[in-house]
Amino acid sequence: MGSGSELGIYLPIAEISVNIFVLFGMGAAVGFLSGMFGVGGGFLITPLLIFYNIPPAVAVATGANQVIASSFTGALTHFKRGSLDVKLGTLLVIGGIAGAGVGIYVFVLLRELGQLDLIVSLLYVIFLSTIGGLMLVESIKSMRRTKAGQLATLKKPGQHNWVHRLPFKMRFRASKIYVSIIPVLVLGAAIGFLSSIMGVGGGFIMVPAMIYLLKVPTNVVIGTSLYQIVFVTAFTTVMQATTNQSVDIVLAFLLMSGGVIGAQYGTRIGQKLRGEQLRALLATLVLAVGLRLAIELFVTPDDLYSIAIALTAPAAS
Amino acid sequence: MRILIIVFLLTMASLSAAFAQQIPGNKETVEIGLSTDTIAITSGFRGTDLTVFGAFDNADPLIQRQGRYDIVVILQGPERNFVVRRKDRFFGVWVNSESVTFQHIPASYSLASTRSLQDIAVPKTFAQLALGVNNIFYEPMPDGFGSSASLREFTTELPRLKLKQNLYSQRPGDVQFLSSTLFRATLSLPANVPVGKHVARAFLFRNGEFLRESSTSLNIVKAGLEYRIYKAAHENSLLYGLFAVFLAVFTGWMGRLMFRKD
Repeated sequence: MGSGSELGIYLPIAEISVNIFVLFGMGAAVGFLSGMFGVGGGFLITPLLIFYNIPPAVAVATGANQVIASSFTGALTHFKRGSLDVKLGTLLVIGGIAGAGVGIYVFVLLRELGQLDLIVSLLYVIFLSTIGGLMLVESIKSMRRTKAGQLATLKKPGQHNWVHRLPFKMRFRASKIYVSIIPVLVLGAAIGFLSSIMGVGGGFIMVPAMIYLLKVPTNVVIGTSLYQIVFVTAFTTVMQATTNQSVDIVLAFLLMSGGVIGAQYGTRIGQKLRGEQLRALLATLVLAVGLRLAIELFVTPDDLYSIAIALTAPAAS
Repeated sequence: MRILIIVFLLTMASLSAAFAQQIPGNKETVEIGLSTDTIAITSGFRGTDLTVFGAFDNADPLIQRQGRYDIVVILQGPERNFVVRRKDRFFGVWVNSESVTFQHIPASYSLASTRSLQDIAVPKTFAQLALGVNNIFYEPMPDGFGSSASLREFTTELPRLKLKQNLYSQRPGDVQFLSSTLFRATLSLPANVPVGKHVARAFLFRNGEFLRESSTSLNIVKAGLEYRIYKAAHENSLLYGLFAVFLAVFTGWMGRLMFRKD
């Protein structure tokens, strides 16, 4: 299967031979993009790994592991700067761990039923096309506004919404908000769930949700989101390792080392280039990956039958 | 890369005497041996041929001249439970729908024979011996299937998929007599050969009639760093997971140190 030549390396958990430079390059390219746009990149890594014939279960578990590396450095920087709300972040982590626990359970169940690959692909198609579509529309609008001579600003969120009428309120000093812990825990849990099933950090949902739902000031959003991602992806990695044995550290290490280097250059380039064009570019890329995954769902497979080691007692169908 | 398992000719005297007592008149014996009981496969393994040598004694010279002795050698991998699934279309999307779970299925199966099986004996003989890819007993789990029609369908798909993955193979003509008492069987060890205990069995036929068999076992293990990682992931999964987290944190931190501008 793999392109195993002299540059080939055997992945112990994925159990295929792959080209070492392809994976390093994949990590570097995604790291470059994540540095440029300030996104984690997990939502690009996992589908790319699936395109490269890595089994989806391994791609998801390894994706979560890989996200820790980039998120950890980011979280550390924000912690030193003080742009991180530890109290809010810790509550998000608690919700996240609960969500990831449920996610792992669902992951195992789907794997036993033979539906994991399908659900992972479907979730990616839904998320990538939604996020990519929204980003594309937003960047085109802001490009038009810039052309018309207006300032390109994000829509100002309203002052209060239904979230602020919920009970069990708590004060978060660093974020300067007074909000119910229910939406915080639910948001954390939702991100944790996605982290374990899709192998992503979830920043692309967390950041807008914190800004628009919880009204967290933008200066602490990124740091707090990264703080949550580090702990939840670490938890997910350990859970995936113990329940599914599907974390491939050789694969993760190749992606991480590529990613760390790529991110440095991405950050530098990102500071010099215009935002809207970049976002439109990223949106197009995200849509393309989603489309490719969607096509694979509809194309008649070469072989309608497949064989796998039975994981547990069967469910007659 | 080529692994050559070298001869191990056993002295047959005592064994053949024992057999001769059991079945009077049939004093032919067959014996296979391997020079090693363990093969270590490294991560770069791309599949190879496994040569097994065997001894064949007390043959009737007349029958041997007529070429009416046949030998079939198999190498069978460890037994596992397998699920075979079929995809069907739902709203245009291909979804795994029906499945049948089988138990005690050899994970790999390589067969070599002096001639093609239908020239050696009648199909019934092979069916009774469960010899050959199409005669292995594909046992479904008691509650592992829906209807008997689907069981029939999936029972024919299982060996087809295994053949396609090169995990099952049949090589007629790849058992060769080197002399009147020595034969060589060439079996396949595919790149994806499962680790564990493999059993090699040799079946002796005379005039299309099964006489006796002999067997020996072979342990296939994987060697090298990659396999140690695999083992760690399965045997010390908690420690492995924690190490994976540590490695990620360390890599991220190193990257920060290397590229920090201040």
